[in-house]
Amino acid sequence: METRHFHHALRISEEGCIGCSHCMNICPTEAIRIRGGKAILYENRCVDCGECFKACPVKAIYIDQDDFSRLDAFKYRVALVPAVFIGQFPDTISRDQVYEAILECGFTHIYEVELGTTLLLAQVKEYSKTHPEKKPLISSFCPAIIRLIQVKFPSLVGNIMLLKPPLDITALYCRKQLTEQGINPAEVGVFYFTPCAAKIAAIKSPVGEDYSMITGVINMDFIYNKVKRILRKDKIISTRTIANSHLPGTAICWTLTRGESDNIPGRSLAIDEIHNVIEFLEKVENEEITDIDFLELRACDESCAGGVLNTANRFLIAERLHKKEPEPSHKLAIEKEGIDAYQEYLSRRISIQEIKPRSMMNLDENMAEAMKKMDKARQIMQVLPLTDCGACGAPNCQAFANDIVQGEAMIRQCIFVQKSREHTGELSTEESLEILKGIWGKDKF
Amino acid sequence: MNFVYSVEGGNFTQAGTASSQFKKVLKQLNVDHSTIKRIVVALYEAEVNIVAHAWAGTITIDLNLEKVRILLTDKGPGIPDINKAMEAGFSTASPKVREMGFGAGMGLQNIKNNVDVLNIRSEVGKGTELEMEVYLNAKDKA
Repeated sequence: METRHFHHALRISEEGCIGCSHCMNICPTEAIRIRGGKAILYENRCVDCGECFKACPVKAIYIDQDDFSRLDAFKYRVALVPAVFIGQFPDTISRDQVYEAILECGFTHIYEVELGTTLLLAQVKEYSKTHPEKKPLISSFCPAIIRLIQVKFPSLVGNIMLLKPPLDITALYCRKQLTEQGINPAEVGVFYFTPCAAKIAAIKSPVGEDYSMITGVINMDFIYNKVKRILRKDKIISTRTIANSHLPGTAICWTLTRGESDNIPGRSLAIDEIHNVIEFLEKVENEEITDIDFLELRACDESCAGGVLNTANRFLIAERLHKKEPEPSHKLAIEKEGIDAYQEYLSRRISIQEIKPRSMMNLDENMAEAMKKMDKARQIMQVLPLTDCGACGAPNCQAFANDIVQGEAMIRQCIFVQKSREHTGELSTEESLEILKGIWGKDKF
Repeated sequence: MNFVYSVEGGNFTQAGTASSQFKKVLKQLNVDHSTIKRIVVALYEAEVNIVAHAWAGTITIDLNLEKVRILLTDKGPGIPDINKAMEAGFSTASPKVREMGFGAGMGLQNIKNNVDVLNIRSEVGKGTELEMEVYLNAKDKA
């Protein structure tokens, strides 16, 4: 198996990592091990959910972002701002004040990400009608969930609706609109403020699309600090309307839990937090749970309000956005201007390609080999203590046994095995210490 | 390769445990995911049948490159009329069991639709033995 230091958007700082194993223990796909006192990643298993980022006590895991100076390369600099960004600020700061401050940072245009939800909702309803075989239809919204399904639930890949998420629709719309205003597309840079790592990975290596319409990604914590400084310094009073549309409540709350499912007819469920999603999908896969029409699945607790790059508390963000909802019964009023003028153009481009499974659960591609390895792993399990202590540098005994049969670990790494062998004289105390140093690093001894 | 799981009758909170564990095994063995689905759906139905109807049961699974053979034996009331039990939607489940979301018919028909071989032997008052086989069509037999 390919091993490498952190990949995609999630990166690990070698100097920063203290090899504490918090990330290893929380990873929902068992993708992290400890070697030489540092966390390492089985890259193919990682779904970019960001649980490790949240768990790291020394902030050694960080999220790679595009350099802010990339803005300078473009004459027209579009900020794609998600509603959760506005939710970071207290009610005393208005949306337009925040937008003024964003422009102050160097952007020329602001587009609200959730603009695309109006069109998407109509398309989802249509899609669910024309694709009854995909029941339960799984939303394509959360990129970490799409990757999770590819890796861990390959038989459910076919249930994912093949429609662009709002971000991609809005990116397409803003590019089209600016082009129609006579702006040279090459002079337009589109930058998305992301609340999470998964969105970055999705933009840098899109699933179901050939390329992304988004030029770069700015981490939400970074831009928050920038905006916050401007707001504090200048006491900005906004007298104009900056973004070109006022979002209806449904759109503002789209990225929160139940934001999609509440608007989809039939039996629609919303499940947030990746471990909850895994538990639920296990049952869907067994057909223990049936008769559900639509599943809104989000990797973060409280959905995007719980994105790892948010500064404010997730419950407060959700509360603020719900309060901004002007009239809950007035769902997605169709406006005559803005994005609605592009309905046909966008609808024709809303589909994404088939999403392929990339199961990483198997012990070997070849079934006979896999069986041999499993046999061996089962024998190893007989010897292991089943304490899941993690001292071997793997998250639990089963993962460790699998690592051994894959040639990624040695049984001597188990501290219980070591003690037994020291007792029988098969292993010296010095050798035992060396093994532990190999896992946890020299500095700890 | 052999796997044995014991099933407790009447304990609905544990229903599906064996199916989920064996599903993990199949995924690790790189069995084609549509085949995994068929096996697990059939196994889950049969496992819940033991929980819903019998007092105790054992699931014995024998797996090789060609096929999975699953034997579910239980100590229970047995099935008086197997043909009738095979009918879709036929159910003897109590209202209590139905309230829990189970008991929509024994699902024998659903099992049959998902497996390649199905044999049922039953003795009233003693128990039932369900034998099923699914061919794996392993793409790359070594």
